[in-house]
Amino acid sequence: MEAIADWFKWLNDAHRINLSIFYDAFDRGKFLGGLLTTLKLSAICLVTSVAIGVVGAWLQGSRFTFARRIMQGYIQFFRNTPPLVQLYFFYFAIGNLLPRVTDAYGQAVPPVSNFAWAIVSFSFFAGAFNVEIFRAGVEAVPRATVEAAEALGYSRLKAYIHVVLPLAFRISLPALNNNLVNLIKTTTLAYAIGVPELLYVSAQIWSDVLNVREMMNVLLVAYVAIVGVLVMAMNRWERAMRMPGYSV
Amino acid sequence: MAWTADQPLIALVDVHKSFGKTEVLKGITFSVAKGEVICVIGPSGSGKSTLLRCINALVPIDRGSIKVEGQEVNDPALDKLALRRKVGMVFQQYNLFPHKTALQNVMMAPIQVLKQDRKEVEERAHRLLRKVRLQDKASSYPGELSGGQQQRVAIARSLAMNPDVMLFDEVTAALDPETKKEVLVTIRELAEEGMTCLLVTHEMGFAREVAHRIHFTDGGRIIESGPPEEFFAKAKDPRTRQFLSQIL
Repeated sequence: MEAIADWFKWLNDAHRINLSIFYDAFDRGKFLGGLLTTLKLSAICLVTSVAIGVVGAWLQGSRFTFARRIMQGYIQFFRNTPPLVQLYFFYFAIGNLLPRVTDAYGQAVPPVSNFAWAIVSFSFFAGAFNVEIFRAGVEAVPRATVEAAEALGYSRLKAYIHVVLPLAFRISLPALNNNLVNLIKTTTLAYAIGVPELLYVSAQIWSDVLNVREMMNVLLVAYVAIVGVLVMAMNRWERAMRMPGYSV
Repeated sequence: MAWTADQPLIALVDVHKSFGKTEVLKGITFSVAKGEVICVIGPSGSGKSTLLRCINALVPIDRGSIKVEGQEVNDPALDKLALRRKVGMVFQQYNLFPHKTALQNVMMAPIQVLKQDRKEVEERAHRLLRKVRLQDKASSYPGELSGGQQQRVAIARSLAMNPDVMLFDEVTAALDPETKKEVLVTIRELAEEGMTCLLVTHEMGFAREVAHRIHFTDGGRIIESGPPEEFFAKAKDPRTRQFLSQIL
């Protein structure tokens, strides 16, 4: 560890390439904290947006016109507006409507933190796309296969859970992959409402140390790595769920 | 009025069904007694498949009555699950669940729909696969099986629900002569064990050997009925004779 820090110090002194996060404990702590926040934000939004997609696709096939209309409205709203505007809308428009609560130190604070608003906003944003992705998958499941399940006594919900969804999921995976990669990249927008994620802490570091050029490179590499891990996991999952001998 | 085994297991009275302006069933009346094997033959588009699908409530009828073990199928308050437990159905295109192995296909419905004990179901599933001579294919996926093998898995899957009657909807129509035979042998064994079977088929040889009674349908009506010896030797109706002359 010491040797690495020394080498980066030398790099700064000799070549003016200042990667303070590798030799300065304060900057490193800040950066790792940001990385952790980005990972947490991404992971939570991944799970909730997929859940929204699954439930939404089911509601879109509902018998009730009302449920279908609500879903349609939701998708149109979140798919056709910029995610930054959505985030501002949640944080500034809705967040300001909520009554303040008193925290442990006796201060009046908003009841929903900016981190929580980022989760809500990005989950709905990615969820809207996921609904459409799953719906396409659900529609690609042969009607005859669903009928076979019905003939075996499956109810609509049970057939959805055990037959339609597993097949739709497999069909949807490539498109889902794309959307989840997009979601991770979208989490950088949380910068705008002061969530201390990777971009935010990097900006703090470069304002402090004046190493904009270096931190930009670090940021790009970091996101390539994060998204790379996700893509690798998804590919692995896709292989594990492959249906031998089956072609859609 | 409680149903007893001496009454018809399936009783159809004046069943009518239209799709839009096309009336596909124009008053079908016949019944199936316990242990009987009934074949329905006739040209394509004469409503044979629709008839089977009406019996297990996959398609609602417009007029008339269908009773399965005394229970009216054409009743909005019908418990479809209870009906479909009694009525097994096998389709022309097999319609297996492609994401599950042969064994899992057989086990799914008893576990997920009937909530039976997994261990007990697995034993029964192995027994059923042995019965259709596919014990060595238990861990194969449908995509890895031939058409005839898939169809036999589909039969085993249906039998796993312990139905009182089996409906076969042109189950050999998509198969070559070789694999056709495997499936027909399986059905014949079932019939010999006393399973009540209602088959829509173009297999005249099979119908002649196995059926207790044959119904010839054309244009949504039953034109002629009778035991096979009588039916094939001395069909009275000119349309039946013309159909038979083309096929035999």
